[in-house]
Amino acid sequence: MALLEVDDLSVTFARRGQRAVRAVDGVSFSVDAGEVVGLVGESGCGKSVTSLAIMGLLPKQPGLRVGGRAVFDGTDLLQLDDRSRRDIRGRDIAMIFQDPLSSLNPVLPIGLQVTEVLTRHRGMKGDAAAKEAARLLDRVGIPDPKRRLKEYPHQLSGGMRQRALIAMAVACQPRLLIADEPTTALDVTIQAQILELLKDLVRDSGTALVMITHDLGVVAGMCDSINVLYGGRVVETARRRPLFREPRHPYTVGLLGSVPRLDAGRGERLNPIPGSVRDLLPWPDGCAFAPRCSRRVDACVGEPPQLVLAHDGRSYRCVNPAPVPAPREEEKR
Amino acid sequence: MTDSDILVEVRDLKVHFPIKRGVLFDRTVGHVKAVDGVSLSIGRGRTYGLVGESGCGKSTLGRALLQLTPPTTGEVSFDGVELTTLPPGKLRAMRKRMQMIFQDPMSSLDPRQNVESILTEGLQTHGIGGNRDERRKIIAETLDKVGLPRWALSRYPHEFSGGQRQRIGIARALVLGPELIVADEPVSALDVSIQAQVINLLDELQDNLGLTYLVIAHDLAVVRHISDTVGVMYLGGLVEEAPSDRLYREPLHPYTRALMSAVPVPDPDVEDRRERILLAGDLPSPANPPSGCRFHTRCPWAQPTRCADERPALREVGGSRVACHYAEQIAGGELRPHKVQVEIVRPEGEGEKPGVVSAPTEPGSFV
Amino acid sequence: MTIISGKKREKIDRLAELAAREEERGVSLWQDAFRRLRRNPAAIVGAVILTIFVLVAIVGPFFVPYGPTDTMGIREGVVRVGQGLIPGHSAEHWLGYDHQGRDVFSRMIVGARQTLLVGVVATLIGLAVGVLIGGVAGAAAGLGGRLGRWVDTTLMRIIDMLLAMPGLLLAVSIAALLGPSLTTVMIAVGLVSVPVFARLLRGSMIGQSNSDYVLAATSLGVRKSKIALAHVLPNSIAPVIVQATLTLATAIIEAAALSYLGLGNPDSAVPEWGVMLADAQPWLGIRPALAIYPAVGIIITALGFTLLGEAMREALDPKLRK
Repeated sequence: MALLEVDDLSVTFARRGQRAVRAVDGVSFSVDAGEVVGLVGESGCGKSVTSLAIMGLLPKQPGLRVGGRAVFDGTDLLQLDDRSRRDIRGRDIAMIFQDPLSSLNPVLPIGLQVTEVLTRHRGMKGDAAAKEAARLLDRVGIPDPKRRLKEYPHQLSGGMRQRALIAMAVACQPRLLIADEPTTALDVTIQAQILELLKDLVRDSGTALVMITHDLGVVAGMCDSINVLYGGRVVETARRRPLFREPRHPYTVGLLGSVPRLDAGRGERLNPIPGSVRDLLPWPDGCAFAPRCSRRVDACVGEPPQLVLAHDGRSYRCVNPAPVPAPREEEKR
Repeated sequence: MTDSDILVEVRDLKVHFPIKRGVLFDRTVGHVKAVDGVSLSIGRGRTYGLVGESGCGKSTLGRALLQLTPPTTGEVSFDGVELTTLPPGKLRAMRKRMQMIFQDPMSSLDPRQNVESILTEGLQTHGIGGNRDERRKIIAETLDKVGLPRWALSRYPHEFSGGQRQRIGIARALVLGPELIVADEPVSALDVSIQAQVINLLDELQDNLGLTYLVIAHDLAVVRHISDTVGVMYLGGLVEEAPSDRLYREPLHPYTRALMSAVPVPDPDVEDRRERILLAGDLPSPANPPSGCRFHTRCPWAQPTRCADERPALREVGGSRVACHYAEQIAGGELRPHKVQVEIVRPEGEGEKPGVVSAPTEPGSFV
Repeated sequence: MTIISGKKREKIDRLAELAAREEERGVSLWQDAFRRLRRNPAAIVGAVILTIFVLVAIVGPFFVPYGPTDTMGIREGVVRVGQGLIPGHSAEHWLGYDHQGRDVFSRMIVGARQTLLVGVVATLIGLAVGVLIGGVAGAAAGLGGRLGRWVDTTLMRIIDMLLAMPGLLLAVSIAALLGPSLTTVMIAVGLVSVPVFARLLRGSMIGQSNSDYVLAATSLGVRKSKIALAHVLPNSIAPVIVQATLTLATAIIEAAALSYLGLGNPDSAVPEWGVMLADAQPWLGIRPALAIYPAVGIIITALGFTLLGEAMREALDPKLRK
């Protein structure tokens, strides 16, 4: 059975005097124990809202409606009261955010923030907690951990802060880690370090990881299965290799065509997707990608595209998917 | 390349920012060496890509080249004219020949100007287009070039999407008919699918108008895609410069290799197969750069004493220019990488000490 | 594959056309702010209060039932202060008489004009001087290089000196210099608000000077003086305008306070709410209403300006825009 099963999750923000906005519209995916699952999409696709809704971290405001189910290990997270949700958060599910500086408390030393987690969820105190905190910092590759414990977040570099945050997240050996754009604010060489660290942690501890990112390169390197999001819907789900080798949804095809690849030759033109995400939708029900889609047909604008299930756990929401390319020989490097 | 083919030549450019501290009087306690001795030349109609991580000085170099940040020392010659010693009036007149595109299209457009006013400003400043109709014609042509509709003219920046805003920024640069465009992170603030549109647009414009680009970006894949020549910067200096394809095929500098191996490629097969060179630790502070080779504190190939003592100069190695004492030995496999001890690096300037709260200004009152 | 019905297609076409038609004219930031202002209930309440106040102040004096200086109560023998007799409201005199036998209602109406005048002129004085000093300092500090920083430091030290002096002391010294009068009150209240405007504008301008669009204008070759006037100033002025609205409220209260202390118009024949408040003091025991009327007037007006000012602050805040 899956560790986390998100089923038909929807998040609606309604503001007074304005049309309600569906940030997330029927998102379903599942995460098995020890699996790395990617949620990929551009800004406004609903990937972050999805994770915040699962964690119950959406700011409470009038007009916010969360529907559907998010079953973690037999309990529906969306039905829990705040207290039991807080217990699960940090102990069974942990989260890493994009900006490590704003996720850490600036007026408390790192050590105190790590031991706080240990005290709350693992009941550790005093020396034992300090020792464990130092071990955790060492585990995530922070040099001279004993001294770092006394330092404040602003004394550490961005990469080190993100490591400290990861140390706090894995402090209770959670079964699920949700990482929301964990490397977007970092430089490439630091990003590589952090990704390697995350891969290591997942391999060693068997923690499942949900990786939320806009970077197709990042998911290509580490995710077992990938969900591509657009306009609040999962438009394609596939295992890693099939997704990159034969994308079926036109949006996935477009995304892959738009990214300049390091290993492509100079001067190869990119194939961008026309228009922008903000393009006005005269058809609220139809496929959100239809205005920008080159394979659009009449049926796209009528009603929400149904999920099409294909072989080996692959699915997409498209009435006119891209054809499967003829099987290639061993591709050239 | 003959001399007449070179549009921009930068010689030993340095930009040092003073660090000031003091309670009553500001004292200069040191310098941030943002750019520390860079020489490069850009051929007419070519694209030079400058790549490096945050804090390496690539943006400062771009601004110093355009004299938007005054260089500390060094020379910049543009089409044979030395810019660093040019009087302000002449420099302003030169500006129509060299323009800039910015990273954040929102903050680089005045929110209170509509598009027409944004595009007219440069024309008026340089007296291009005698009357209103003529200017309108030039603006309309420019809009066509960047793919913006006519109705954009009466609209304000906040009414556009990120990609369209960047097009407005490009149009503003283009309307003066420049020869050189410095593009500072032109796509990094944009969504992936929009990035490709802008990159293609820049490509097209170069083909049609014969523009010369200096593209500054942190994304090696973007830079390599768009550039003829790529320069890799680390802590204020060029560490390697090579033709785009050659840089990918045969990176010579250890930093280039590490950077190359860190860029994720959207292809699982490539990702699984490639070797990774993980660099230890963070970028050192440019206020207090390491002695000798700036990279030796993180370099897996660093050799005792020489790398720490002597700053390597850029030298020609088989078609590339590289600043490494041991480039040939590393390429030939004579030197093997070793483990590097991580040094802790303190962030500069970001994140003030907590607890310092400045007093808010209260309106004066009698009562 | 389904074919959409003709009706549905028509609907889609119409929607698309509608979306396109909306694209005709651009909405500037000011228009956008005004739109959001209109949707804010606090702004509406403030605007209604102020509209009534301004109407009364401008038109009211032409329609008052009695002359504001007519001591009819004494003349008719209705008001006998010595015996503690100051009649309250009646059918003819809605708010009764004051201690000199004048009609309070008429004095309130005519006083509204004086109060508005003092508030507006004082704020304008403060705004003009403050914007001048702050604008020069901000432009010099943001764009002027080394010389500019020197100019900025000099100007700001002057402002600091002004700020260090207690407002009351400043007003008393100005009054001593010019003699107590309405003009004195306006100048004093105006001068006290100068540092706020100057520092606000300067800070805002320095912030804007570091933005990319200023760099973009520089790279276009636009002159620094033009950049300061055409780009930096217009983008920095919004908080100053908000502050001016809020200052109007405090200016009215402060002017009243100065008048109360006797620094205002010595000829109490010309009614002003602050003067009326001061005049009412000896009679608090007999008829407290004489003090309450002008006090309530001041409070409601100040509230109106404050509500509108705060709503404007919200409307103009770029962070709150979607």
